Amino acid sequence: MTPNAQNTAGNEPVLPGHWAAAIESQLLAGEKIQCWLEIDLDTRLQFASGLIAVTDQRLLARAPSEPTWSAWPLRAGLALNHHDNAGVGTLELLDEAGRLAAWRYTLSHNLAALRVISEFELHQAAIVSGQAVQRPDEEVCPKCKAPLEPGVEECPICSREATVSPSTWTLFRLWRFARPYRWQLLTGFLLTLASTAAQLVPPYLTMPLMDEVLIPFQNGKPIDWPLVGMYLGGLFGAAALAWGLGWIRTYILSLVSERMGRDLRTTTYEHLLGLSLEYFGGKRTGDLMARIGNETDRINIFLSLDLLNFATDVLMITMTAVILFSINPWLALVTLLPLPIIGWLIHFVREKLRTGFEKIDRVWAEVTNVLADTIPGIRVVKAFAQEKREGERFRAANEHNLQMNDKLNKTWSLFTPTVTLLTEVGLLVVWVFGIWQISKGDSTVGVLTAFLAYIGRFYTRLDSMSRIVSATQRAASSTKRIFDILDHVSSVPEPSRPVHLSKVTGRLELKKASFRYGTRAVTRDVDLVIEPGEMIGLVGHSGSGKSTLVNLICRFYDVTEGQVLIDGVDVRSVPVAEFRQHIGLVLQEPFLFFGTIADNIAYGKPNATRQEIIAAARAAHAHEFILRLPHGYDSLVGERGQGLSGGERQRISIARALLIDPRILILDEATSAVDTETEKEIQKALDNLVKGRTTIAIAHRLSTLRKADRLVVMDRGRIVEIGNHDELMATEGHYFKLYTAQARNVDTEPLLPRAPEQPKTHAE
Amino acid sequence: MSNVNFQLHCDSYGRLVLTSENGERHEGVTPVRAFPIAAPDEGLSLVNYEGHEVGWVDHIADLPPAIGRLIEEELASREFVPEIEQITEVSSFACPSTWQLLTNRGKTELVLKGEEDIRRLSQTRLLIADSHGIQFLVRDLTQLDRQSRKLLDRFL
Repeated sequence: MTPNAQNTAGNEPVLPGHWAAAIESQLLAGEKIQCWLEIDLDTRLQFASGLIAVTDQRLLARAPSEPTWSAWPLRAGLALNHHDNAGVGTLELLDEAGRLAAWRYTLSHNLAALRVISEFELHQAAIVSGQAVQRPDEEVCPKCKAPLEPGVEECPICSREATVSPSTWTLFRLWRFARPYRWQLLTGFLLTLASTAAQLVPPYLTMPLMDEVLIPFQNGKPIDWPLVGMYLGGLFGAAALAWGLGWIRTYILSLVSERMGRDLRTTTYEHLLGLSLEYFGGKRTGDLMARIGNETDRINIFLSLDLLNFATDVLMITMTAVILFSINPWLALVTLLPLPIIGWLIHFVREKLRTGFEKIDRVWAEVTNVLADTIPGIRVVKAFAQEKREGERFRAANEHNLQMNDKLNKTWSLFTPTVTLLTEVGLLVVWVFGIWQISKGDSTVGVLTAFLAYIGRFYTRLDSMSRIVSATQRAASSTKRIFDILDHVSSVPEPSRPVHLSKVTGRLELKKASFRYGTRAVTRDVDLVIEPGEMIGLVGHSGSGKSTLVNLICRFYDVTEGQVLIDGVDVRSVPVAEFRQHIGLVLQEPFLFFGTIADNIAYGKPNATRQEIIAAARAAHAHEFILRLPHGYDSLVGERGQGLSGGERQRISIARALLIDPRILILDEATSAVDTETEKEIQKALDNLVKGRTTIAIAHRLSTLRKADRLVVMDRGRIVEIGNHDELMATEGHYFKLYTAQARNVDTEPLLPRAPEQPKTHAE
Repeated sequence: MSNVNFQLHCDSYGRLVLTSENGERHEGVTPVRAFPIAAPDEGLSLVNYEGHEVGWVDHIADLPPAIGRLIEEELASREFVPEIEQITEVSSFACPSTWQLLTNRGKTELVLKGEEDIRRLSQTRLLIADSHGIQFLVRDLTQLDRQSRKLLDRFL
């Protein structure tokens, strides 16, 4: 590497070789590259490679597919901006007169672009002021502004996106679930082994029975009854032993199987609960339910039965082969001849079946998804009289499922008969070869009978082995889908070195907080400090990012850039559950779980005493209406709290928030779903709740935010105004517009004649 | 045919400036297609910096050539939905999986986070979102070559 490739930013990979050579000739004497960005798109957004580099003196760029370099000496007035849209980032170099250049890159290079900008600004400032580069004391991640430890290459918070694919040997990962039962499984396996061996005894006994009893009898010798008795006794004994062993084996294995299924389901569900809201937002309920329900079942049957059966089959075949060879090597060789062919057949079908089963699983999820979509929305379906169309949608999904199954069954149905055919052919070969050997005197009738008896079992085993193909494939695809969940690292991860908050005052700080959902930037560079005990009203049009901001504070999502601090500690370094204990949330649509009212109030604190529950309900103005219900606090409420009005449900959820006594309270449109009368009652309940807590309230009705210490007005993901009601009215900005618009709506006549909105040209 | 009631030009900052019939000036206007995939040539909205619509075009073809060109250029530099022409290689059939692609915008790769990022727009049309949120389009599944179809099929 050239010395130039070294950079002072300290946490940058070195410049790729061909760029290092190309840029070398462009550098002035003593000029050093500080930071660079490899761009991968040209101005027409075709994939092409280019480079932008910041040196201590200039900005160098070679646009994709251009042979020459451009250079701009760093000076006052230059500005390097970036913005992004639909996955494409744009970096613009501007000066006082206009745009000098623009470059495009895909967002995978966003981090490098942010670094380039910060280096650019550092060196520009240094040149303008004539002083040495003022580097901040601690290295911070350019994306999230979290401090980096010296020498750390990448920010541990930002670089957790995994692109590594899980290995194909997914099934082996199931060992984690089988391990606790390894002794039971081993016992089961040994029992299987013993019962298999017992099953191999009877054909062996037919050999002397033929050669020493029946054939001599045909040749005129009398039957030796004691000998016959011994052989027949052996036959019965072996059968009885195989029965007994088989019984115990099946019992043990089904016990293990059920336990493993239980573990798999609970582990998956618990992991699922730990994932962030972002994950649930992108998944469909039906699919997740199918995964936890059916797929775990399939896996545990595979582990406890199919896999063991397969192992037994392999053993059986080996044992049989050994016996056969010990009796008559040549005949044994002929008997085993079809084995490789069947092996090949199995392998051939395996590929086809695997993809087929994966597909069927997905199509099946599609079928359940239609149900999961429609049944909760049945009111809408009926209101718009679209029953027929929904029926059609289900029919189409079913049809798709049928087609997939039909396609697979073509291969599958051919498979078993082919194995049977090969068995018959194999038997025929043994017959032919055996008769020929007997005619030559190399073998006996007894040996041939034993071989035919063995081979029957032998091929049955191959047949059941062929069934393992589909079982393995099904289990593998199920395993993959289960591990898709288990491998999903929560995008709201538990900190590796957790910081415990001893006492929370409730001071919240957002530092350049940005959140991106897909490619859409939902909030951008939000800077806000909320003091302990302060009440903040979040105001703005719907879609302006209020709820996202609240989600970031609750840590339902993590910021994509920037930081959220509680009492000066990054929320990402506080254990999630511990952090949420300090947050009380009252939502627009209160969710009541199936259970009693008392249970619902005590949801966040299950060990609350009855006195505490009643105190919370009183404070939430819910006590009286609860007592009016037939069973008081023991009344049952359903999924969505049927039987309770919106206001009543809301007051229960306020009591729920009150009970955990949080330092931080979040009211997300808590009163917007109810009429004004009820709102007043809720407002009274809320006033109790708000006292002495840091409160963030979102409300559409601005009148409900009168008590707020400060109003934060948001517009398209940014904070545009902060201040109390009077100040904001005086500035006649966004808030003023919102307020007058609402006042107009309420009074149905223009309140202020000068209200017509003057479209303003905004130049940023 | 000119059913357009606004003027459009590009300023020195590379931004589109729209002047409406009544003389209002909007700087930094962005053209947005209403149906970018289903009907890209129908319905185009011009949205100002605040996100309000300041102009509407029914058919892009009906625009005066000068304005049409400006809009097309702006769209070309904004719209980024590479069309997949060939899938050369996939790192694995389990997600996350890295695909090597040939698109109408050149060679590239995408990281698929999960199968649910593949959205079926119609029976033959797919929209695939990669881990950075870039949308890749498969315009017609049946037009892909055998190998690509086979690889893609494993994820559908």
